[in-house]
Amino acid sequence: MTLKTGRTSKRKPSKARSISFTVNGHDYTMKIGKEANQVDPAHTLSHTLRETLGLTGTKISCDHGACGACTVIMDGKAVLSCMTLTVECHGKTITTIEGLGDSETGTIDPLQQSFIDHTAFQCGFCTPGMIMSAKAILNENPTPTEDEVKEGLSGNFCRCISHYHVVEAVLAASKRVG
Amino acid sequence: MDNKYRFIGKRTPRLDAPEIVTGKAKFLNDIKLADMLYGKVLRSPYAHAVIKSIDTGKAEAVKGVKAVLTWQDVPDWKGGTPRFTRILDRKVRYVGDAVALVAATTEEIAKEAMHLIKVEYEVLKPVFDVEEALQPDAPQLYDEFPGNVVTPGVPFFGPKNLKEVVMGDTEKGFKEADVTTEGTFGYENIPNPLPPEPPGAIALWEEPNRLTLWVSNQASYMDKITLFHVMGREVEVRSIGGPCGGSFGSKFMSWQVQTYAALLSRATGKPVKIVFTKEEHLAAFTVRPSSRMHARVGMKKDGTVTAVSGKWLIDTGYYSMTTQSQIAVGCGEVQIMVRCPNWDLRPVIACTNRNASGIVRGFGGQELKCILIPLLSLAMEKLNIDPFEFLKKNFVKPGDGYFWRDGLWYTYRGVDFSPSMDKGAEAFGWKDKWKGWLTPTSVKGSKRRGVGVGVHGNADIGEDSSEAYVRLHPDGTAMLFSCVTEHGTGQRSNYAKMVAEVLQIPLENVSITPSDSLINPYEFGPAGSRGTYAIGSAVIRAAEDAKKKLLDLMAPMFQVKPEDLDTSDGVVFVREDPGKKISWKAMSIDRTITGFGRFEPDYTLTNCMMSFVEVEVDTETGKVDLIQVVNATDAGKIIDPQGIEGQLNGCLGSAGIDSALFEETILDRSSGHILNVNLIDYKWRTFAELPAIHSVVLETPFPSHRFHAVGIGEVATSPGPSAVLMAVSNAIGLWLHEYPVTPEKVLMALGKTGSNRLNRSNSLNCSNGIHGG
Repeated sequence: MTLKTGRTSKRKPSKARSISFTVNGHDYTMKIGKEANQVDPAHTLSHTLRETLGLTGTKISCDHGACGACTVIMDGKAVLSCMTLTVECHGKTITTIEGLGDSETGTIDPLQQSFIDHTAFQCGFCTPGMIMSAKAILNENPTPTEDEVKEGLSGNFCRCISHYHVVEAVLAASKRVG
Repeated sequence: MDNKYRFIGKRTPRLDAPEIVTGKAKFLNDIKLADMLYGKVLRSPYAHAVIKSIDTGKAEAVKGVKAVLTWQDVPDWKGGTPRFTRILDRKVRYVGDAVALVAATTEEIAKEAMHLIKVEYEVLKPVFDVEEALQPDAPQLYDEFPGNVVTPGVPFFGPKNLKEVVMGDTEKGFKEADVTTEGTFGYENIPNPLPPEPPGAIALWEEPNRLTLWVSNQASYMDKITLFHVMGREVEVRSIGGPCGGSFGSKFMSWQVQTYAALLSRATGKPVKIVFTKEEHLAAFTVRPSSRMHARVGMKKDGTVTAVSGKWLIDTGYYSMTTQSQIAVGCGEVQIMVRCPNWDLRPVIACTNRNASGIVRGFGGQELKCILIPLLSLAMEKLNIDPFEFLKKNFVKPGDGYFWRDGLWYTYRGVDFSPSMDKGAEAFGWKDKWKGWLTPTSVKGSKRRGVGVGVHGNADIGEDSSEAYVRLHPDGTAMLFSCVTEHGTGQRSNYAKMVAEVLQIPLENVSITPSDSLINPYEFGPAGSRGTYAIGSAVIRAAEDAKKKLLDLMAPMFQVKPEDLDTSDGVVFVREDPGKKISWKAMSIDRTITGFGRFEPDYTLTNCMMSFVEVEVDTETGKVDLIQVVNATDAGKIIDPQGIEGQLNGCLGSAGIDSALFEETILDRSSGHILNVNLIDYKWRTFAELPAIHSVVLETPFPSHRFHAVGIGEVATSPGPSAVLMAVSNAIGLWLHEYPVTPEKVLMALGKTGSNRLNRSNSLNCSNGIHGG
């Protein structure tokens, strides 16, 4: 840790040693450190979400930013949670697959329903990342073209080749929200 | 086509869809047990070496480390066929071989401790090429495999199990041929099926000899069986399967990671989880077998094949668990594709110092077709035969036969696939696009298009045994007991449909037990496209048996014979007088009714997949784009329209068609290191490069089971790769015979690279070795 140097050392220790962010509408404040239930500076966001917060819907496949399985939405944009250090997430608002839909009514997001209606998955392991990437596309562009959907999802690895059904599902959902 | 069924053939949501799309599906790595430890594997940096010493002292001293195991600490458990491969051995045989196992309270601690283990190696000379491995002076991997030749045969397939295709008189056959071609061909790029979820296991050992395993496998019951044998038949294994994040055959055999977790649990008394990194998945988990064949074929002007002879060399890497099985099935499948009376096809399996080959969709048949169809194509070219007509003519027809994996002769009793092939050709536009051998379909500046076709069929759709129970409850619901694991095909949902159809109850009234070997009967699992016919038959019979018992029980209440009754929506009624009806509740609240179903192997039916591909080659850059794919089959009856389409679309990935375009595991043949062990350097198809794809699925009723269906999923990957080579060759007017056809190889073939140096595989190029007839 570099807390004793420069500007950081002037901060109150309690502030400097903890981190706050919002996940799926819940605020979390976590201590930075090596103990259990603390955020190690080496922890990735995917690790924190899965291992510390128990949000295992976010998947880890390559763990090196190449496959998109770990995609979550941070401040409206799709990010690779395996390439994001948790300590960088102070003040951020994060949505994971568990945070889609309406928790009050228990209804799922129209995009999730569209994935069900089009059977837009086979083994389903890449699906949460796929849905979060697609959600970010639709947030930015509610009526994307087929090519825009394909371009937007080109960082998501799927080996069963659910691609064709995914494109159909995203386009169908876009008409609804757009 | 009219559909008389209530559920079969209808578009229904997958039962697991809500869990999948909300992230609630619990894949293996999502499971956390109390007091669970995390395991890591120290791996060899050398391709071939003897461990002189291991110092684990520093690793054991790290706070949080609970066990460090080396070859000296583990029992003499062995895997492989025959079982000669120890879990941890004094000798390491590939870069990545397991040297030590570490269990710690966190993954980070385990990793840290792993780096503190000191190993002294005596490095041995490795061998990386199949033919070099078979030389008399080659380095020897095992004392048990003299000459590096892996013992042929699969005892599990029976006493006459198929080891080769030898029949008729090839000498006579070659004399009858109008053309004979000969050459050496390879499919040696050892692509990785590479499911997104890495291999892993959680093990809990209870003394003295009980093991509970949480697995990620398409066939989780078989882990119980495999591990029982690996562990010296002394351990009682319970396997618990869950959603499997892709397998494509590969995770059917995960005995190594499972035994690592089991040994660490045995040493610590705690549950231990090991999940491979993607690097381990790519460098230390199974890849496709590598194939090379020197062969000769004889052909008549009308496309009749008069003789096939060849020596098929299979490189299985550092051990074989299933390669002999793949050879047996590949040998059976080739007879389904080529109707020929004279064969002399002899496989040899050799071990080399790279990571092992294992199960992948296509299971031996894809490997063999990828090297045989290019040779047949040379003969077709000489005789000016259209490959589509050739493949259609030569594919097995009702009344033809073949030796299957058990070495017995079977007569095919299914449907003629020719109409489905014709429909596929029509959908693709084959007649317009096929312009003759080595002739492009179109040329536009530097862009040249070409077409190709391939075929594959498999009698494993009725392989092995399955068992199921169906339990009826007085509230009108049914529960299917089956150890089938969901790995992406949607079959668990399809079995619920079958039960609902037999019992005529709403789909939501059917549930399925978790795939736990403790509660379910024997299940070989969905492999070799056996899910629909083999597993389906067991499920249907269990439902029918339950229904029969229900009607037997209720008949006295109606004072009629059981055969006069039927049931629908939880009500039993008199067939001739439906007004007379009694609810299932009448079976009594303190009763359930259980039916049992079993499927016995049947090798008299096969499936068939024909793939048509169109490619565009840029002769300036050498890049090959896949433009269009049409897959044509006859499935007898579609169970789930979305599911079958997904399976057929799967032809591209998982070491399928793309293994002819860009997928390859790149082995450094000087050091034995694999160079592309991440998802950036291992190339995969993205959304941005999807070809147009179309499925043609006919529904000609098969004499299979009640719904007249057969499975097709597994073989979708298999006809495509050789079709791609054919298409690229036609596009550029030159034979290309090396997988994958990267830009570099295309430019080299076109004489556009600076160097004329031939690489190893190019020197095998068969176009130099043709003997015209």
